[in-house]
Amino acid sequence: MIKVENLKKVFGAKVAVDGVSFTVERGEVLGFLGPNGAGKSTTMRMVTGYLTPTGGRVTVGGHDIAEQSVLAKSRIGYLPENAPAYLDMTVRGFLRFSAEIRGLHGAARDTAVDRVVETCSLEAVLHQSIETLSKGYKHRTCFAQSLIHDPDVLVLDEPTDGLDPNQKFEARKLIRRMGEKKAILFSTHILEEVDAVCSRVIIIDRGRIVANGTPEELRKRVPSGRLDDLFRSLTLPDTLKGGK
Amino acid sequence: MNSPWTNIRVIAKRELAGYFAAPVAYVFIVIFLLLSGFFTFMVSGFFDRGEATLTAFFVWHPWLYLFLVPAVGMRLWSEERRLGTMEFLLTLPITTWQAIVGKFLASWIFLGVALVLTFPLMLTVNHLGNPDNGVIFGAYIGSFLMAGSYLAVSCFTSAITRNQVVSFILSVVICLFLILAGWPPVTNFLAGISPNSTWLVDLVTSFSVMTHFEGFQRGVLDTRDLLFFLSLIGFSLFATAVVVRGIRE
Repeated sequence: MIKVENLKKVFGAKVAVDGVSFTVERGEVLGFLGPNGAGKSTTMRMVTGYLTPTGGRVTVGGHDIAEQSVLAKSRIGYLPENAPAYLDMTVRGFLRFSAEIRGLHGAARDTAVDRVVETCSLEAVLHQSIETLSKGYKHRTCFAQSLIHDPDVLVLDEPTDGLDPNQKFEARKLIRRMGEKKAILFSTHILEEVDAVCSRVIIIDRGRIVANGTPEELRKRVPSGRLDDLFRSLTLPDTLKGGK
Repeated sequence: MNSPWTNIRVIAKRELAGYFAAPVAYVFIVIFLLLSGFFTFMVSGFFDRGEATLTAFFVWHPWLYLFLVPAVGMRLWSEERRLGTMEFLLTLPITTWQAIVGKFLASWIFLGVALVLTFPLMLTVNHLGNPDNGVIFGAYIGSFLMAGSYLAVSCFTSAITRNQVVSFILSVVICLFLILAGWPPVTNFLAGISPNSTWLVDLVTSFSVMTHFEGFQRGVLDTRDLLFFLSLIGFSLFATAVVVRGIRE
């Protein structure tokens, strides 16, 4: 469903993403792992059509994101980093807007809104303006927006960020359940999430893929069999990257 | 998926609802009405003129809009950039153009509502005398087009920065140039530079909103004036698209 070929992004003199290729099929949950500043968000922004790649190609559901951007984007549900939302709108208003802009009107819109409100447990804050929400609720509102059109492809940038442990548990369960029928690409820097959710893992550092495989395969690559040891051996801490 | 027009409508509807959900809209409308009333009656002396026209009202519009329109337009894109909602908006299955046009139309409609609410003036002048309502209607059209031009400029400046204050100031400065290029003290000065030919004055004034609004105020619907405002809007929105594209590079 998602096919990324040799994707590259250069900001001025800085190479943020350098020749990244991978695919995500239906029924797969691909965990995108890496230290902060490794290029995770930049890659996701190119996959979802927000940023224009410097080089390479992205297709979603067979549609090229650059050439058939509207068609490709209609297949994706996207939760951007920090879960942006229009603060002056109510949760309900925001979800109704998200539904309408994705072609759901009238009864279809109301059904879709009801569905995601239930999935993301937003009943209690439905008529509150987003400005007044706690971080967890705001995050879930934006998550709900990404599910409104029941997309085949989900791109989630740190979907559990800002959630409390209970909410994290629920979110992971939800992602795993949805991963049975959708193609999901999600980024995180929390290693425990990998075992909880992912069917496959990509570790990215300084814009390059340094590991790609199932959690079990990756574990076999270090003697201790622990993902965090592998992660540390493959990636450089943020502080050492400054000069690059 | 929606048709392009549906997308524009949905975007515009959200934007408009945003105006009226916040006190901004009401504050703007009240200030606009108070100021236009103040200038028309107190400064221009509407009642003392003894004319059945709204000249005393429309003559102030280029100046009134100078501050009020950038105040409406300054948040259009800078707010999206600041909140990060621009990423959400532009990853929806819409084109950049639909987003730009939708947001622009919403604020233009809002300005139109404020302008329509000055209708008591029209009733007053009709009650007191026998004005040429065609002229008044033409002036309203011109005023609306001028507001749209300022707004498109603000749309552009708000895409440049995530800071609304910077966006406001830039927009005021650009709009001020559009006024001054046709303001008599400036045109007289230019005429003094080249007393023997008028090409310099003609060239500079042709870029001014004053020159092109004048025709509308006299009730003359000249296609050149119409074209001026529409192309100013088109050009500014195009510049906005270039800036938005640059952000995504």
